Amino acid sequence: MKEIYLDNGATTKVDPEVIKAMMPYFDEEYGNASSAHTLGVNAKNAIDEAREIIAKSINAKPEEIIFTSGGTESDNLAIQEIAYPNRNKGNHIITTKIEHKAVLNTCKFLEKDNFKVTYLDVDKEGFVDPKALEEAITDKTILVSIIHGNSETGTIQNLEELGSVCKKHDVYFHIDACQSYTKTSIDVEKQNLDLVTICGHKIHGPKGVGALYIRKGTNIHPLMHGGDHEFKLRPGTENTPGIIGFAEAVKLANNEHVEYITKLRDKLIDGILKIPDVKLNGPKGNKRLCNNTNFAFKGIEGEAIVGRLDVKGVCCSTGSACSEKSLEPSEVLKAIGLGDEEANGSIRLTLSRFSTEEEIDYVLKVLPEVVKTLRKISPFGGK
Amino acid sequence: MYTEKTIKHFRTPKFAGEMKDADAVGEVGNIKCGDVMKMFLKVEDNVIKDIKFQTYGCIAAIAASDVMCQIAKGKTLDDASKITFKDVIKELDDLPQIKIHCSVLGTAALKKAIENYKGKVGMNVT
Repeated sequence: MKEIYLDNGATTKVDPEVIKAMMPYFDEEYGNASSAHTLGVNAKNAIDEAREIIAKSINAKPEEIIFTSGGTESDNLAIQEIAYPNRNKGNHIITTKIEHKAVLNTCKFLEKDNFKVTYLDVDKEGFVDPKALEEAITDKTILVSIIHGNSETGTIQNLEELGSVCKKHDVYFHIDACQSYTKTSIDVEKQNLDLVTICGHKIHGPKGVGALYIRKGTNIHPLMHGGDHEFKLRPGTENTPGIIGFAEAVKLANNEHVEYITKLRDKLIDGILKIPDVKLNGPKGNKRLCNNTNFAFKGIEGEAIVGRLDVKGVCCSTGSACSEKSLEPSEVLKAIGLGDEEANGSIRLTLSRFSTEEEIDYVLKVLPEVVKTLRKISPFGGK
Repeated sequence: MYTEKTIKHFRTPKFAGEMKDADAVGEVGNIKCGDVMKMFLKVEDNVIKDIKFQTYGCIAAIAASDVMCQIAKGKTLDDASKITFKDVIKELDDLPQIKIHCSVLGTAALKKAIENYKGKVGMNVT
């Protein structure tokens, strides 16, 4: 049986067109973009073109885009290297309780170095209140870092509102947009963004490549030390095939895909909500990532549901919890008000443009059986 | 990752389900922690004739419950009381470090069911 891949929030299949675009940069155009000869110049031109494509997609200038190894590096660069160079202005950072580990643990690291971090609450759908953000800003605040599209609850924050608060108080505004990029509009001018983290592998591009948008004039230092690559902000020979693949993935993404995925998502949500004792985590409608669904099932545990769905050929993930790596219920799900039991009983199904209606129909057929089987062997299964 | 045996017991548990006419029941765990196990015993002449479980928990918890039942079935109550979490892990070929507690919970549920039985029939609980 061919697997049904509904874990696109974790990573995505690389589009065949992306692979095609990347291939020449392994064995034909393999020059170092810093070299003066033809092969070097060809690589540099290709990277410049990729930079333009990505800059345009968020209404930025090419020289404001720095290529990195991915979302985690971009988040670290944005947060650590705003924090230290701007320490003379203040030591206060504001983030939220629903961040990705790359942001959360970077903030925790800075706390050990005498930075103060405020973790904003969110409402029951996962939204940050702009008023709460404004109240948290002090004269020591230097940076606000907020996840744009949440990887678990699918919540898309209102960047215009949050950005205007940051602008009013003259603090840097960073967003982690790994999940939202190409799925909902990002405009660094309209939304007043100073730093934007994006990456390739969530949008059918390759793994190991990402970017950070850095507004011109931002006081930021490099995280690593080395050569003068990437406007002296990110040393290391450029990952040319990765960068080309990343830009190709951006070129391929379009609004029709978003509409298509949204339709499938809503069909999946409506179908799953017909199962008894289940609830949707996160908001409905256009304030939710087009490809994200997340449900809490009563009386059964998330990893067991994932394990049973895997037997049926469906790949998905726990919204949280008892995964092999961590036993703690998801902090994100707890932040939107779920109890430990509900958070432990949650799973996430995330779609892509390669998902089909037949796949959704199949999931809607097998998931109720899986839930029934597990409830039968659970002491809390009820009927 | 989980061993093949763990996955097999999770996917096709032989002892899963409720036992309506059980002689004794033992329940341990806390839903907040993510694992609750309930063991049902059918006892004849101090021997576990039949055993079933209901578990709220992850893949490891369900597999450990099933293997626990497999080991205990046919044993005398005293021998079954001596089963340790190490026996469960051995039978599963291994468990990830952070899932060891699932096997501990399995043995605790069985012990509780045995104590429950002994209390019912007026035996000394050892």
